[in-house]
Amino acid sequence: MAKVTFSTEACKGCGLCALACPKKIVALSGEINAKGYHPAECTKPEECIGCAFCARMCPDCVITVEK
Amino acid sequence: MAVVFEKPKMLADVPLHYCPGCTHGIIHRLVAEAIDELGVGEKTIGVAPVGCAVFAYNYFNCDMYEAAHGRAPAVATGVKRCLPDNVVFTYQGDGDLASIGTAEIVHAATRGEKITTIFVNNAIYGMTGGQMAPTTLLGQKATTAPLGRSVEKNGYPVRMSEMLATLDGPAYIARVSVHDVKHIMEAKKAIKRAFEMQIAGKGFSLVEVLSTCPTNWGMSPAEALKWLEENMIPQYPLGVKKEVE
Repeated sequence: MAKVTFSTEACKGCGLCALACPKKIVALSGEINAKGYHPAECTKPEECIGCAFCARMCPDCVITVEK
Repeated sequence: MAVVFEKPKMLADVPLHYCPGCTHGIIHRLVAEAIDELGVGEKTIGVAPVGCAVFAYNYFNCDMYEAAHGRAPAVATGVKRCLPDNVVFTYQGDGDLASIGTAEIVHAATRGEKITTIFVNNAIYGMTGGQMAPTTLLGQKATTAPLGRSVEKNGYPVRMSEMLATLDGPAYIARVSVHDVKHIMEAKKAIKRAFEMQIAGKGFSLVEVLSTCPTNWGMSPAEALKWLEENMIPQYPLGVKKEVE
């Protein structure tokens, strides 16, 4: 079981994490953060394999991955 | 549960000012990870450029200098010669290194200064609003080349890594990209290798990192990564250009 955490307020909603995710379970949320961006989120946390591809692609170090 | 991935210690816990999807953030992180892994954070000194990365001095948890435009290799030369046991790096963009700072980088390289340069090439001037850079591709549009760069008017884009690799001073010169996770891992290896070369006292080391500028290219972050892969890599082939024993 892996756990991926997004620092929602630091996210700029660029979506590069969603591109990198091999399971296609990272997407931009409908919510809006204080900066005005749609932050990324994991839509199916139970399917996360903890590969950390999203975190390695993130330009803003928004993502922490535990496994 | 063990942490698989978190922000490296060498990166300050402050938000980066870069545009959404700009790969400067990835490159900052790779430099920070390399310094962390080599365990030299306490004795590393960085030199920030002028350009989008001008605030790099706020982002790395080590001593940092801010150099005048293009002069980072000259400043780093001074730092390294005064403090030869410290690890010194410059972080420069293509407008900084390949245009106004060409003299400084060429001479630091040929003198074999024991410094490491991270050269971020996004084929455009970012901070000033998308003007043509020496690295702008033929046909690529910029505010100062609205119809696209042409050979007749603007000449050819410059390949800095290949040019510097012809000199005797450099110990390690490589070009990498950060357009996907595989290439990010390779870029990390090259950056770490460049620092290792400096620590071993082999000579000058430089890693050119192909980067995106979604804002000034007028693309989404995803389109920009694709454009980099399809257009920049053919013009700027990846690989190690020089490595001494």
